[in-house]
Amino acid sequence: MDKLRESALSPSILPLKLENVSFAVNGHTIIDRISFELDAGLRTIIIGPNGAGKSVLMRLCHGLLQPTSGTIRWNVETSLARPRQAMVLQRPVMLRRSALANIEYALALHGIKGAEGRERALEALEMVGLRDLASRPARVMSGGEQQRVALARAWALRPQVLFLDEPTASLDPTASAEVERIVQAIHDAGTKIVMTTHNLGQARRLGDEVLFILGGRLVERASVDRFFKQPATAEAAAFLKGELPWT
Amino acid sequence: MNEISLAFSQAAALIAQFDPTLLEIVLLSLRVSLSAVAIAALIGLPLGAAIAVARFPGRNAIIVILNALMGLPPVVAGLLIYLLLSRAGPLGELGLLFTPTAMIIAQAFLITPIIAALARQAIEDAWLEYRDQLRSLGASTLSAAFTLLWDTRFSLLTAVLAGFGRAAAEVGAVMIVGGNIAGVTRVMTTAIALETSKGDLPLALGLGMILMTLVLTLNAAVYLTKEAAQRRYG
Repeated sequence: MDKLRESALSPSILPLKLENVSFAVNGHTIIDRISFELDAGLRTIIIGPNGAGKSVLMRLCHGLLQPTSGTIRWNVETSLARPRQAMVLQRPVMLRRSALANIEYALALHGIKGAEGRERALEALEMVGLRDLASRPARVMSGGEQQRVALARAWALRPQVLFLDEPTASLDPTASAEVERIVQAIHDAGTKIVMTTHNLGQARRLGDEVLFILGGRLVERASVDRFFKQPATAEAAAFLKGELPWT
Repeated sequence: MNEISLAFSQAAALIAQFDPTLLEIVLLSLRVSLSAVAIAALIGLPLGAAIAVARFPGRNAIIVILNALMGLPPVVAGLLIYLLLSRAGPLGELGLLFTPTAMIIAQAFLITPIIAALARQAIEDAWLEYRDQLRSLGASTLSAAFTLLWDTRFSLLTAVLAGFGRAAAEVGAVMIVGGNIAGVTRVMTTAIALETSKGDLPLALGLGMILMTLVLTLNAAVYLTKEAAQRRYG
């Protein structure tokens, strides 16, 4: 049995539980006693103004940062949960090699090498519509293409959870639409999506539930429909009013 | 004035004739310095990568020492290797003193810190950019170090080149451990020093011209390779 299928069949790493998680740098609090639980299935969108701590929160969940206090627990041991999650960074870093080799690199780190790795990588490129550009050096690709390679690289690992940090922040509308299509496809394949975005229209299109973060605190959690129609808190209402919506 | 132009034309004639003595000196120089660069790169590049990526107590001190060693005077490097290889020294039994091997060891010792320090800087800059991505993909610190070595390969060429420049240009280390023995350990720089003091300016000048040409050609080649590669790979 191949390793990825094994991973898909293995026990779910979800739910993810955060309890009183805080994160501070040099005494400056960025995340302030946040608790929540993430379950499989629903697409979770983290929204909030610049500097609210969205990115940091996601990095904490993914394990790139360690909380100053509080606990972050997966359903399985952290060392087992680690390889079954992936993250697409706000500015994904491409290695100085071809698009295909970038994906093969990630697969090799997960123990999938050789012909199997190549096949899996090509399949992932196909999924993001870049199979024809497989041999192009990734660093000279356009921003939109690099973002899609990053999605393919994450998807190739068949993660149970995929974190996306502002995946369309610097893309034009066409490239953004393509990224949204891919995220939707990854969700349809059964991967839990956790995403930050500035784009309220995108949050509505891609999200099931919203975590609204302000000043490092979790202010409101609601279904997308409810959050946008009838936010329960004054802060969320003010945020929705102040943002340039529906772009 | 006349003397200088005469020296120049005689030097050009020596080069044009492929004077065997001259050729032998040039080839030995290349052999010694290129071997030293190869050894220094083999040690210095992974060392630089390891220091760039790892976090351990005393790391800052090591970086300062490494940077300071970039300015190690060649005669001091030569002296230390001399003490190591001389009859009474710990490695005296090997009988390496006054051989090309001793010169290679001395030059490698001289330029390893240069290559390691420059590589450390380049790789640490890249590490800041790559760290989160590589960690997210599940790379261990060790495999991240090798990934960075490969990904910064074009910048590292410059580090290696700086090492070669230093090795090719230095006199002190090869003079002390090689002894400037004609036909055995005489290289371009030691020959230039000797011929100048003897007053054989054409030979000294001819060697100087060849040395400059070699270094210039190598630098141009590396520069063009780097430019082309960077255009291709971004």
